[in-house]
Amino acid sequence: MPKGARLLLSLPTIHCAGCIGAVERALSQAQGVRSARVNLTLKRVSVDAEPEVTAAALIERLRRAGYEAHELDPGVLSMTETDRQGRDLLMRVGVAGFAMMNIMILSVAVWAGASDATRDMFHLISALIAIPTVAFAGQPFFRSALGALRAGRLNMDGPIALALVLTVAISLYETLKSGEHAYFEAVLMLTFFLLIGRYLDHRARALARSAAQELAALEVPRAIRLSDGAEQTVPVSQLSVGDLVLVRPGGRVPVDGVVTAGRSEVDRSLLTGETLPVVTTEGAQLSAGEVNLTGPLTVRVTAAGRDSSLHRMADLVAAAESARTRYTTLADRAARAYAPTIPLLSLGAFFVWMWISGGDLRLSVNVAIATLIITCPCALGLAVPAVVTAASGRLFRKGLLIKDGTALERLAEVDTVVFDKTGTLTMGAPVPDNLDAHPEQALGVALALAGASSHPLARALAEALQARGVRPAEISDLREAPGYGVQGTWQGRPVKLGRAGWVGATHAATTGAYLSLGEETRSFIFADALRPGAEEVVQALRAQGKAVWLISGDVTAAVEAMARRLGIENWQAGALPEEKAARIAALQDQGHRVLMVGDGLNDTVALSAAHVSISPASALDAARAASDMVLLGRDIAPIADAVRMARVSTRRIRQNFWQSGLYNAVFVPVALLGLCTPLWAALAMSLSSVSVSLNALRLR
Amino acid sequence: MEVLAFLIPIALFLGGLGLAAFFWALKHRQYEDPEGDSRRILNDDWDDQPRP
Repeated sequence: MPKGARLLLSLPTIHCAGCIGAVERALSQAQGVRSARVNLTLKRVSVDAEPEVTAAALIERLRRAGYEAHELDPGVLSMTETDRQGRDLLMRVGVAGFAMMNIMILSVAVWAGASDATRDMFHLISALIAIPTVAFAGQPFFRSALGALRAGRLNMDGPIALALVLTVAISLYETLKSGEHAYFEAVLMLTFFLLIGRYLDHRARALARSAAQELAALEVPRAIRLSDGAEQTVPVSQLSVGDLVLVRPGGRVPVDGVVTAGRSEVDRSLLTGETLPVVTTEGAQLSAGEVNLTGPLTVRVTAAGRDSSLHRMADLVAAAESARTRYTTLADRAARAYAPTIPLLSLGAFFVWMWISGGDLRLSVNVAIATLIITCPCALGLAVPAVVTAASGRLFRKGLLIKDGTALERLAEVDTVVFDKTGTLTMGAPVPDNLDAHPEQALGVALALAGASSHPLARALAEALQARGVRPAEISDLREAPGYGVQGTWQGRPVKLGRAGWVGATHAATTGAYLSLGEETRSFIFADALRPGAEEVVQALRAQGKAVWLISGDVTAAVEAMARRLGIENWQAGALPEEKAARIAALQDQGHRVLMVGDGLNDTVALSAAHVSISPASALDAARAASDMVLLGRDIAPIADAVRMARVSTRRIRQNFWQSGLYNAVFVPVALLGLCTPLWAALAMSLSSVSVSLNALRLR
Repeated sequence: MEVLAFLIPIALFLGGLGLAAFFWALKHRQYEDPEGDSRRILNDDWDDQPRP
């Protein structure tokens, strides 16, 4: 069997069993597809296919089935897919859990009153299970504690590792001396709960990391290189200065360069925020990231890769990012305050009891160990990861990827939201605006002509007309004149759809396509469509009491109209990238915490200057890289949800800290008084851990 | 109390069996897509005969 292609597609909108079935059916019926398997947790589908199958064809197929899909680069993703570390941690969780349950059987017997030889035997069997289990399952803590100690620091794992080792040692000693109390089940419980916290934490991090990689993979950059007249598709990284590159209509300019042949209009909205296309002819300068709209262009490369304007902007972003002060999370602050108190408290208990009992070493050590076990931050280790896992899972289901671990906490502090216009509040793609002004007959002709072209305006027109239920007119001699339009014969008359000059119409002020029906000409005006959910998100944010700003690089009229339509009072038009960032810096200097939502290259500096930032998946990779969260679907409404969710989850984290603190406040005195039996320790630990996890699950 | 000589090994053996099953599941990637797997049961594609 020949080695086939393995394709990975991101499916931001799937959510149910019906979707799984529909996607897998649609893909497996495609020519050359051997198998397709959806992963609903990651919202991806992996396709095993013949080498000639392309991702574009499958994406088109899925689009017709009603699902949005993006190509992912399997090479970049392969690292997170085999999550070795996660499986390793899960294995340790499993071992600790099973050992804990087995020991618990024996411990319950001891608590119920087993005595003398029976108790000693049960303790001994417990020791035989517990010692190898702690040695295996506790390794993550030992390793991290040793690493911190070597660097001369004390982290949370130091006291944990100390507690594990000391408790096992003392319990073994007590067992051999046929003592009354052994803490084997408490040690394993501690390991088990802490490992769960560790695993959740790891998963949240791995998801954030895979989100970053998924984004790097979202845009697989390729270019068409012309060498000796032959077209050759190559990765952008292989282009060098002086190469000739062909940019098809609808394609993104991959490099900086000069046009050597062709005539077209270019959409620079991602770079500058202008919605109106710019007419481009031979000799014009193009920058990477612009979109070619009409005719094919041949471009001579003047700067590629690291030197292109895209990358220069990325360097600006890097500078802005390093200026962003390092954010200390709630968990860090709690750990820093709490870590030293654990050993200090139990050491204090040891000395006080030595003094009270007049030098009874065994009793004092037992009290110190009980204190150590009780204070160990079992619930504290779960407090943050449980909430973050629940929150990021819910946001992911709504179509938001969290790239940065601290983003949720920063988002909770936001009081001002700044939106970009083009591509963020709008789709950044044209839709016909004045279809009602034309008679049915003209629409039918327009649909028949537009359907014959792959030009983006023609496609948008055809889609809108089909959605209206217009029936295409019968047209013969359909021909496309590349760079100009489509022509044909309708009822014996020549008809044309295309540029104003070619059709014989006068050019309107905005983007348009022109139809000629022989003697009569008609114009179709295109406007940028509002992104679904834009109105809801602005309303919801204002209802939450946030100040909403609209800052765009577009002309005043367009920005003002948009601001009025959405009810945004604060707006600024014609803003350069530096001005956007400066405005955000000014807001933050006034004490506001700003959430920036943007997609363009002109937003990247602002995105990294803001307290926290979000960009849609359709944004340029530079913008996505600069933001903390990414919106996967087309709908922008989840942003309001995310802000609310962030506030709720931060509140839950604080509650969890208070809860575990409360358990300590109750049980530490018990331990210090020397009244803490293994039964008390087990109860305290499981109660606090379970209640903290349940509190996290309450998140909606 | 002699019964303990049987019961304790049996308990340990059963626990070990559970652990082995867990390892098997982990190794065969049963935890890769928990959400999708829980929904696939609603799919009636291969209800009549197993997937070839």
